[in-house]
Amino acid sequence: MADTVSVPTPRPGAPAGRRRSPQARPHVRRDHRAALFFILPALLGFGVFYLWPTIRGVYLSFTDYSLLTPPAWSGVANYTKLIGDASFWRSLAVTLEYVVINIGVQTIVAIALAVLMHRLTRSSFLRGVLLLPYLVANVVVALVWYWMADYTLGVVNQFLGWIGFGPLGFFGEEHLVIPTIALVNVWRHMGYTALLIFAGLQAIPRSLYEAAAVDGSTEWRSFWRITLPLLRPVLAMVLVITVIGSFQIFDTVAVTTQGGPADASKVVYYYIFEKAFSQFDFGYASAMGVALIVILAGVSLFQLRLLRAGESDLS
Amino acid sequence: MTAVSMPATKTRAAAPAERRGRRVRIGRIAAWAVLWLFVLITLFPFYWMLRTSLSNNRMLFSDPSSWLPVAPTLGGYERVFGLATLQEAQAQGGSGASIRFWLYLRNSVIVAAVITVGQVFFSAMAAYAFARLRWPGRDKVFFLFLTALMVPPIFIHLPNFELMKNLGLLNTFAGIVLPYLFMTPFAVFFLRQFFLNVSREVEEAAMIDGAGYPRIFFRLILPMSAAPIATLAILTYINSWNEYFWPLLVTDPTNDDVRVLTVALGLFKSQTPQGSPDWAGLMAATLVAALPVLLLFAAFGKRIVNSIQFSGLK
Repeated sequence: MADTVSVPTPRPGAPAGRRRSPQARPHVRRDHRAALFFILPALLGFGVFYLWPTIRGVYLSFTDYSLLTPPAWSGVANYTKLIGDASFWRSLAVTLEYVVINIGVQTIVAIALAVLMHRLTRSSFLRGVLLLPYLVANVVVALVWYWMADYTLGVVNQFLGWIGFGPLGFFGEEHLVIPTIALVNVWRHMGYTALLIFAGLQAIPRSLYEAAAVDGSTEWRSFWRITLPLLRPVLAMVLVITVIGSFQIFDTVAVTTQGGPADASKVVYYYIFEKAFSQFDFGYASAMGVALIVILAGVSLFQLRLLRAGESDLS
Repeated sequence: MTAVSMPATKTRAAAPAERRGRRVRIGRIAAWAVLWLFVLITLFPFYWMLRTSLSNNRMLFSDPSSWLPVAPTLGGYERVFGLATLQEAQAQGGSGASIRFWLYLRNSVIVAAVITVGQVFFSAMAAYAFARLRWPGRDKVFFLFLTALMVPPIFIHLPNFELMKNLGLLNTFAGIVLPYLFMTPFAVFFLRQFFLNVSREVEEAAMIDGAGYPRIFFRLILPMSAAPIATLAILTYINSWNEYFWPLLVTDPTNDDVRVLTVALGLFKSQTPQGSPDWAGLMAATLVAALPVLLLFAAFGKRIVNSIQFSGLK
């Protein structure tokens, strides 16, 4: 690992950095020594707990490994198994359903909230209140909604009763469980996402809105003609961040349904967790992890292309 | 605001302007209503937590939609903190099983505090090296740090678990804390942005006075960046307090010596008897678990909001 993260020691003799005036040299060398001192703890932590596990994980994905005996090289066996594993594809489909509902609803709500805040008020109190759910642990959020959506005593079903709907088994029915978990996490993340978008909105000059209003444009038209086009680069970044996060849904599932009922909420993360820590199939779990990285990278690239994130219309 | 009232002051045809003015006013009222609706949706579950935690669990079913606690009692909190006797607990619908809530609370405090101090300090050092010092490979290493943000945590957790197992650190504080103690890419990135903006002149003046880099860092950079460092510390504390996955992996369900609150809450739910869970006790526990974050938010809300807006910009 040390070879890949070139340790910045000043090598005497070797041409250290740029060759400039000779007087500058001692200074540069002092720089290097100080740099090593400052970067060392973080570099150590990064090497041991981020870089090495990543490399090790890729290696393990080509092995048969149960933690008890040393990993045995098995070539691409895990990957061929992966392609034929219906449970894996099912978990991927479940995750995708979750991501689509979660991101779809969350993005629309967050844009609406951000625009409303932007056009109505600068109150940071209001922004803070909307951010509150994001600061509370996933576990807490999951438990509160599990209680509120309880079939017999949950307040959500009481509300539904008042407007004439029968009680729903939000966490207990196969076709409802993923939408339910997706919406619970919309509740947790909508204020956070709105805040990121709000930051982007502040970069749009107010004069544009004033000019549009003088020309008789309505708020509604200004939103579609000014706000949304100019927000595109920010929106692209926010989407990439939130989609990556959304794919990693685990806590809510682990605390409430444990993948049930009948695997209806067994998302990829939970499936990997189960393979690794219930069945101790570390090789196969690592292979699924690699697949997840590839999928995430692909989805992110696709989004950035589609939304032309690099370009701005503001110029 | 000014933009909206503009058309009315422009002297066009008076009547349509007035009509539009009224429409704008109605539109604004509707917009405010929507915004407050979302505030309500945001706050309601917190209220419901409180309302349930103060109810008598046995009586919850009698009035599930009551706005106020049902048969108000502090029993839920007494059960959580182990102050209720077995008979009292069971009379109110608790299981009566002893849970070492104080221990989990203490463990969470220790874990979050140690991670916060270590991570913020070491990340600040690294951020200084990235922002201010010149050394070969600096930009490459920084890029490498950032790409680590793309790797899903579960992928890294597998070999890290293996490592902790081999080191015999499962079920220890060290096992929970170590991976987060030295840095996270976000913390380094966040502080680097601030250090880049610290004026170089002050630093050079100190250097002429003979101060070395460590002295400059501890005496100058750290005090001058107290605000962003405090913000990062608050965010780190909240994140560590809320972390569930990694502490779940490295602690055994049968050994609760170093179990943190989030993991305990997850188990608390699965251990309650099917059919009649102790909702009041569970909500009391979740509220206590959320309390430090709520307090931090009450004290530093504005700072937290600004930092997240900042991370949205960069």
